[in-house]
Amino acid sequence: MKKILSMLLSLTLFAGFLFAGDITMSGSTTVFPIAQLAAERFMDKNPDISVSVRGGGSGVGISDIILGRVDIGNASRQIKNKEIKQAKENGINVIETAVANDGIAIVVNLSNGISELTLEQVKMIFTGELNNWKQLGGKSMPIVAISRDVSSGTFEVFKELVLKGGKVREDALLLASNNAVASNVAETPGAIGYVGFGFLSDKVKALNIDKVVPSEKTVNDGTYKIARKLYMYTNGAPKGEVKSFIDYILSDEGQAIVKETGYIPLK
Amino acid sequence: MKTKEFLFKYITLAAASLSILFLMGIILSIFKEGIPLFSNIDFSDFVFGRRWHPTDDPADLGIFPLITGSIFVTLGALLVGVPLGVGSAIYLSEIASTNVREALKPFIEILAGIPSVIYGLFGMAMLAPLVRKLFNVPTGLNIFSASIILGIMIIPIISSLSEDALRAVSKELREASLALGANRIETIFKVVLPAASSGVISSIILGFGRAIGETMVVLMVSGGAAMLPKSIFSPVRPMTSAIASEMGEAVNGSEHFQALYGIAIVLFLITFLSSLLMQWFAARENR
Repeated sequence: MKKILSMLLSLTLFAGFLFAGDITMSGSTTVFPIAQLAAERFMDKNPDISVSVRGGGSGVGISDIILGRVDIGNASRQIKNKEIKQAKENGINVIETAVANDGIAIVVNLSNGISELTLEQVKMIFTGELNNWKQLGGKSMPIVAISRDVSSGTFEVFKELVLKGGKVREDALLLASNNAVASNVAETPGAIGYVGFGFLSDKVKALNIDKVVPSEKTVNDGTYKIARKLYMYTNGAPKGEVKSFIDYILSDEGQAIVKETGYIPLK
Repeated sequence: MKTKEFLFKYITLAAASLSILFLMGIILSIFKEGIPLFSNIDFSDFVFGRRWHPTDDPADLGIFPLITGSIFVTLGALLVGVPLGVGSAIYLSEIASTNVREALKPFIEILAGIPSVIYGLFGMAMLAPLVRKLFNVPTGLNIFSASIILGIMIIPIISSLSEDALRAVSKELREASLALGANRIETIFKVVLPAASSGVISSIILGFGRAIGETMVVLMVSGGAAMLPKSIFSPVRPMTSAIASEMGEAVNGSEHFQALYGIAIVLFLITFLSSLLMQWFAARENR
């Protein structure tokens, strides 16, 4: 019995050593693909450091950083003043690092004949003023608006840039991740949703907005209006392993990962 | 020997009392976090408010759509689960031969052991697209799909408890009924089922409690729209899925956080009442 106990004890101590060089991250499902791929490549280069990435949504990343639960909180929106205040109350000094640019694409099912809308029309769809594709010159088919849970940073940015103070229609489906939105739009003929550029694929159709094609070029020159930066938040300026990881993402190699995952590198 | 017995008695007593301790701890903590909400907002505005926009500024914290969402999917689940559960209990207890019963029961028990996330996955990937195509509705993530999955989940609960109740009905009662000239179906519906009604009803209430508290399935299959349902094909956001998907984001002590605990209080009261009701029926049966 004693033997087993002491073995267990030494195992736990040993485990403590193994994980000494840990980086933990949580938050935005938009930032997730970048963080995940960067973590894998970073661990290949630094076998003694282990990086764990969880999703949950920007709200989760920011609340985790405020409560000191992770080393890096990922977010696809900027931290709010209210949240900075909460962090200060917890003795946490939140530092922001932008790691990529991104646009939010408005996506519909491939079978949908519509391929462009105005920003105003998108707003009217998501606030519930338009209910049928017929009203937009398409087939007669009810519109299924797909939005995101309130913890989503993409939702917050969408709300600010597209809804401009309007409220999301009550019957919108609220899904938990970019991926869930993309796959539901792909299989629901009447659906419209919004996702970060990294989740565009040939299974959904990205709409031109105000006659502007969503792309790296139009985000960079400012003509595609639904764009934002992606952030990593830390407690204080990054140091140690966390600093090496963030430096890695900001390096040419890290920015190549940003591009590889479908997002837009910082210039 | 004496000390051993003494020790044993108190160790098991401690084990038994722990569940009371846990229950008290849970009640205390949800009320402690949730009650402060009601200094800012009326309990009736909270329960009957029609809009749930917890992160807007100012926030709308009305959970009526969430409560109706929970109730609709739960009633739907009972519509599916009660006929199938009670029906299988009648078959197993009254009609099946011992061999058939021994062969069937393990399958029902396996149904009870499947993790809810697997039910959810099945509902999301297989049932929802099928429902959308079959009924030509805009989305398959709705009350109807969630009810079917939840209904299947509660079959084993209703079936096994109802079967116990049916089998507890004394043989003399059945024989008397048959001797009076009633056939088997009449005996089942006019004699055995009424005699076992308390047990059957308490199994249904237990199924209700299980369905209304189920989180993963409704999170995955009910669509998540915080609206008052217009039809059985409307998407809804049951209370449990609102708590599960929003708790990670709500900062400790914020109004949103308190509101989620407020939902937990309402949910707790509903399940608490249903288990009181169940114990009342169970007690009636024992008399």
